[in-house]
Amino acid sequence: MTGAERVRAAIEARNREGRAALIPYFCAWDPDLETTRALLWAAAEAGASVVELGFPFSDPLADGPTIQAATQRALRHRPTLEDFLEFVFRLYAEGYPLPVVVMGYYNPFFRFGIKRFAREARKAGLCGAIIPDLPLEEARPWLTEARKQGLAGILLAAPTTPEARLKRIAEASTGFLYYVSVTGITGARDRLPEDLVLRLDLCREVSPVPVAVGFGISTPEQVRLLAPHAEALVVGSALVRIVESEGKRAPERVKRVLSELVSAAERK
Amino acid sequence: MLPNRHGKFGPFGGRFVPETLMPALYELEEAYRRLRKDPDFRRELAWYLREYAGRPTPLYPARRLSEALGGHLKIYLKREDLLHTGAHKINNTLGQVLLARRMGKRRIIAETGAGQHGVATATAAALLGLECVVYMGAKDTVRQAMNVFRMELLGARVVPVTSGTQTLKDAINEAIRDWVTNVETTFYVIGSVVGPHPYPMMVRDFQSVIGRETRRQILRLEGRLPDMVIACVGGGSNAMGIFYPFVRDQEVKLVGVEAAGVGLDSVRHSATLTVGEPGVLHGMMTYLLQDRVGQIKGAHSIAPGLDYPGVGPEHAFLKECGRAEYVAVDDEEALSAFRLLSETEGIIPALESAHAVAYLARIADRLPKGAIVVVNLSGRGDKDVAAVKEYLSGREKR
Repeated sequence: MTGAERVRAAIEARNREGRAALIPYFCAWDPDLETTRALLWAAAEAGASVVELGFPFSDPLADGPTIQAATQRALRHRPTLEDFLEFVFRLYAEGYPLPVVVMGYYNPFFRFGIKRFAREARKAGLCGAIIPDLPLEEARPWLTEARKQGLAGILLAAPTTPEARLKRIAEASTGFLYYVSVTGITGARDRLPEDLVLRLDLCREVSPVPVAVGFGISTPEQVRLLAPHAEALVVGSALVRIVESEGKRAPERVKRVLSELVSAAERK
Repeated sequence: MLPNRHGKFGPFGGRFVPETLMPALYELEEAYRRLRKDPDFRRELAWYLREYAGRPTPLYPARRLSEALGGHLKIYLKREDLLHTGAHKINNTLGQVLLARRMGKRRIIAETGAGQHGVATATAAALLGLECVVYMGAKDTVRQAMNVFRMELLGARVVPVTSGTQTLKDAINEAIRDWVTNVETTFYVIGSVVGPHPYPMMVRDFQSVIGRETRRQILRLEGRLPDMVIACVGGGSNAMGIFYPFVRDQEVKLVGVEAAGVGLDSVRHSATLTVGEPGVLHGMMTYLLQDRVGQIKGAHSIAPGLDYPGVGPEHAFLKECGRAEYVAVDDEEALSAFRLLSETEGIIPALESAHAVAYLARIADRLPKGAIVVVNLSGRGDKDVAAVKEYLSGREKR
């Protein structure tokens, strides 16, 4: 199975149980790589389906304060993409069960070389990438390389995306389509847009791949509300906040919180 | 015609932004392409530039400066320093804020480094009665406290940005975050020929009034085009503005002067085109100051307006195709030029513009007799006198 197929299969397997898949986000190296490793294992034990692992960038312009702060903590370790892929490789050598995709801004990948990155990523077992500052118009070269290596080239759609464009984005996206729930940056929110459910239904109507919704999702209530309308739910800042407050001791509480969200994700 | 329809200047430029902003960029491009041909909009902008900002600016023959540099050159200064708010920035902010009003956007946001673009945006917003929020690195709000106060006097709200390096690049990040959140109601006035398409094209067009006037003026004064045009480059808007109308005139040498800060071999400079490498930041593919991994480095210059780790994509293109040459001048050379122009012409230049004067001083001996050189004097130096005084007294102590 290719990386893209693994991602999709993991989501669909969970859907067959009548549940939406949970996709937690962690920022690699926050606060250190050993904790990141423990968080990933905690996520697997909690019943997550796919993991989104952030590669920190100096200028995270789509992120709110929580993930910005995580990025700052992570950057102190002076991470490289070589180290990132090495980490993923070791994780799979230890038998890690979930597909991992990287979430990162474009410049480090561009600098590494996208052809080389796609090749090395496949060798390490990484399953795909989400690049928030690479919209459809700029994504072609990367999507071509990703396809050659069987990686998921996951594109984002937003509340401002018109319907015809949404369809084009969904058709170009592999693994899943990432629908950004709010007009804004990442971060937990009390309220989600009123038409979100309608927008998600539209996404699922036009998308040949599973639809994941993210940005602002943090509570079991939100998960219960959205699970019937999306194949997968991304939870980021709510978990990163736990890492922020508990540091190395975060994995245990992350596991508990994530388990609750997993059990709230019933689709019926 | 550049850029192409994807906003590319060769491999540079483009629109590397979150999807949320893409429809807004299309909306902006469409509105801009329509309005720039609209006679009514053009008349309105021309009226404000003339009656409010003080255009056209003189092309002034700097005889005493010419003498001081050997007496063999004809040096002209394009006096953008005489514009309202003291620099070329107002050319662009009037254009963009008028555009915003036509698009029905009631809220203006901007980033600023030293505060010049923030002041020019706040000015245009006050003039046209729109709400204005300016993002400024927290460190810059301390260094440039006077400009913070000026913006507040003009009715703008200044938001200090505490993330990252707390300087211009982080102010841009924060402005983009605001725009992503409030995109339906808000117009983002970018201050230089940077950012995602259509900004580099639009800001260049608004600033091209500098080059169009210069061309007309030099032909009237000298009966021919200049041999060389020199301008400082941070993001590159004053340089793009004066270069653009000369780009097809191969006989006119175009020189962009970057800030070498305390030296190109140090980590404290802003010479993006001179020693940077291609990458993606703030929505564009361009030259950047970055490390091996692709993390963006901080920039430094004694001139706060040059202090940016990126540069306009059209400059990256002009460098790659060899049409313009980019060089770097350090803090000390810029300071000498700052004094030279003050003493010989009675014009205290902005430290940014002093970089352009400094490069001319460096190469004057090598230029042939009778050569015509135009220096874009993009801003006046009142804003810098306190910083220069402090720098010089600090140097005496060392």
